[in-house]
Amino acid sequence: MTDKTPPKSGLSRRSALRLMAASGLATFVAPHFLGGAAFAQEDREPKGRVVVGMSQEPTVFNPLMVHNEVDDAVHFSVFDALFRIDPDGVIQPNLAAEVPSVENGGISEDGLNWRVRLRDDVKWHDGKPFTAEDVKYTLELIVDPKFLSWRTGGHSLVRDLTVVSPTEITWRMESEFAPYLAFLAETFMVPKHILGAAEDPNTAPFNQSPIGTGAFKWSNRVPGDRVELVANEDYFGEGPFIEELIFKYIPDMTVLYTQFQSGDVDLVDQSYITPDHYAEAKELPDRTVTLEPGSSIEGIFFNLERPQFKDPAVREALYAALDRQSIIDGIYYGVGTMTETFMPPLSYYYDPDLPKQEFNLDKARKILDDAGWVPGSDGIRAKDGVRLAFANSTTSGNHLREQVQQYMQQIYREIGVEMTISNLPPAVMWGDFWTKSQFDTAMSGVTFLIASDPDVTNRFASTSSAAKGGQGSNTMQYSNPRVDELLKEGRGTFGQEERKKIYTEVQQIIREDLPFLPIFAYTVVMGRKSGLEGFKFNPNTRTPSWHAAAWSWKD
Amino acid sequence: MPGFLLKRILQSLVLLLIVSVIGFVVLNLLPGGPLAQFGLDSSITQADLDRLREQLGLNRPLYVQYLDWAWRLLQGDWGHSFRDGAPVLEVIARHLWATFLLMGSSTIIAVSIGAWIGIRSATHRGSTFDYAATVGAMIALSIPTFWFGLVGIYVFSLKLGWLPAGNMYTIGDETVLDYLHHLILPSIVLALVHVAIWSRYMRSATLDVMNQDFVKTARAKGLSERRILMKHVVGNALLPMVTLAGIQLPSVLTGALVTETVFTWPGMGRLFLDSLGYSDYPVVMGLLMFSAILVIASNLIADIAVALIDPRIRLA
Repeated sequence: MTDKTPPKSGLSRRSALRLMAASGLATFVAPHFLGGAAFAQEDREPKGRVVVGMSQEPTVFNPLMVHNEVDDAVHFSVFDALFRIDPDGVIQPNLAAEVPSVENGGISEDGLNWRVRLRDDVKWHDGKPFTAEDVKYTLELIVDPKFLSWRTGGHSLVRDLTVVSPTEITWRMESEFAPYLAFLAETFMVPKHILGAAEDPNTAPFNQSPIGTGAFKWSNRVPGDRVELVANEDYFGEGPFIEELIFKYIPDMTVLYTQFQSGDVDLVDQSYITPDHYAEAKELPDRTVTLEPGSSIEGIFFNLERPQFKDPAVREALYAALDRQSIIDGIYYGVGTMTETFMPPLSYYYDPDLPKQEFNLDKARKILDDAGWVPGSDGIRAKDGVRLAFANSTTSGNHLREQVQQYMQQIYREIGVEMTISNLPPAVMWGDFWTKSQFDTAMSGVTFLIASDPDVTNRFASTSSAAKGGQGSNTMQYSNPRVDELLKEGRGTFGQEERKKIYTEVQQIIREDLPFLPIFAYTVVMGRKSGLEGFKFNPNTRTPSWHAAAWSWKD
Repeated sequence: MPGFLLKRILQSLVLLLIVSVIGFVVLNLLPGGPLAQFGLDSSITQADLDRLREQLGLNRPLYVQYLDWAWRLLQGDWGHSFRDGAPVLEVIARHLWATFLLMGSSTIIAVSIGAWIGIRSATHRGSTFDYAATVGAMIALSIPTFWFGLVGIYVFSLKLGWLPAGNMYTIGDETVLDYLHHLILPSIVLALVHVAIWSRYMRSATLDVMNQDFVKTARAKGLSERRILMKHVVGNALLPMVTLAGIQLPSVLTGALVTETVFTWPGMGRLFLDSLGYSDYPVVMGLLMFSAILVIASNLIADIAVALIDPRIRLA
């Protein structure tokens, strides 16, 4: 389809000559007649096709409806949000003309009144102009109780949405909420004139063939197989430089890698190349295979309400007894980054100066001795009638984690701690067992941030434990008044510099308290054809296809 | 015949009712549910999950959910997929074609080669060919399709580069030739097991017939072996195969889970796996009812077909 080969026959000699003459004349005349700009235009003509392989199928195309991270790849390509988080974690304007801040008057001093100015040159894929009415409609639809919305956090605080002009909208927040800026970078705008006219937005035809403002337009979907997008030539931003963008669903990770090898897939999106293939993949010809830091942290999570974990010395000793480098190198094929915090290593808020853990069994024993945990007749330590024994749980069938568990079991035994392994099928493990804190310790990969904002109220605030009646994901049942205080302050502070100070202190306290033991920060193995240029990994989004507008094929 | 049909149809309806109740209960008893996929998702909070549960009606008592579903089904409304919001029948229809193509071609390969091997093994009992066929069938039955598929891809796609490494067609080149090119490897891999099954059945059926009196009579009349085989043996030996084909027909349409996964073939098998993985209740129930209806209908058709071919059987 993309190969524009000249017709081989059917062209008479006379018309061929005429064509040659015309094109010769054009090349001669054009530079003088149209100037350099026209030439640049010609260069930017989108061409070629990129096939992105993913191991889960994108199925939700209305970006406001409840969806999975795998759907993000399509959303980021077809739609735009008001803002965009760049790979360095800085929020940039996208549909908005500027990022509102207290300094530029976009956000009031008390953080409650917001004003967003919009670009005036944006068009929907059907040619209609994008205006503040669309923003108002989008933000209202999200909190419509009948609509099967994705996240409503933040949006539910918005009041008094007012369209001042087609390029300006204002609203008031019920309470100050700084993360909302980052949330809006993941909130894609939908067209009011289409979705608003539908009888029921939950079942509107729009959901199967979406219309956005993005660099790519919806073309076709073959369910169970792929989604096809085509270049939006009227895109307001830079790009697109490829004519067709295809998201291909390949249900098995080994098969996904095989198709990357065979060349059927140009770029491997989620769930990336498996670590066991990394060594082989980086030797493949004409392929660029890189390690990119992700946003989740693999760790061991304590249930802090268990008596044996109430003593901080126990957590510290268990941390000192972990040989993390050996785990990464010996079990995870060397793919993983050492970390001391919940903050992703590439986040703007990451604190690199936290105390480094050291693997030292003698130190671990000494900590426990000093804290009064004395070995009993069976060699297992105890204090005040509490045995230092616990179960560790994770998804059954995850071979890498099972190896880590066996290693931990062995090494903890050496310092007089008994660990049993009790793994569960995923649906059970991550059901009430995890969310309602019914485990002793759990091993898991967890993303702590929402929309890359450093606010971790959901994970660390004392009011966020479901087991204690809270509505968040603080399954560790962690509680520290100072952290609660800082988190509250962080939600009401808007400047990135000031917020960095707050979240640095949060990281220091969490490192000290050790409600979880970080094993490593996830690193993904990205693979793409070497000829594919303009690709940049962005740890602040959930998809590597966050900006396909910049991709192009090398000539 | 009409009496027989009526009885069978009534039986079928009761059967469908039982299947639907059991299916619905078992599906809902499985831990997890449609919202489990968001359990580890930091973006979705408990409050959002509670809201969605209510919006989807998952917080209602199970019998209410079942009655609601069954009542809509009776009115022809199969429901909408939780995953992509499309009507269930549309979802099934979209995957049916891919499966039909793959299973159809592999069945043709399997039946023709399987029948030939079976007949030849029977007529040359104890020969090298017979032993080779027996051993071959044992091997084919014991090799996991998954492994055989991956070996096929490794040899023919990655090393030799003759055949594509899966997919239904090259994106952008959807000609008939391209389809066929992509069809070769998966249909052969899939046919392998079926060849083994068919050849074993065909062999014993042929042997059965060859020992019948009418074959001896034919031989006594002085007919050539070839003629006996073609005219008397094969036709009769194929009779039980019709029943077998009837039993296998639903599997032609419900797909091959493993093969479709290895070759990234967007068919019914994969639809089933994916829908089950995401606890997409409406689609799983739709597939269950669809295949139950298929099984019942194809058994009925097989019974009628045998009665039509074999004058000894009378349906009453």
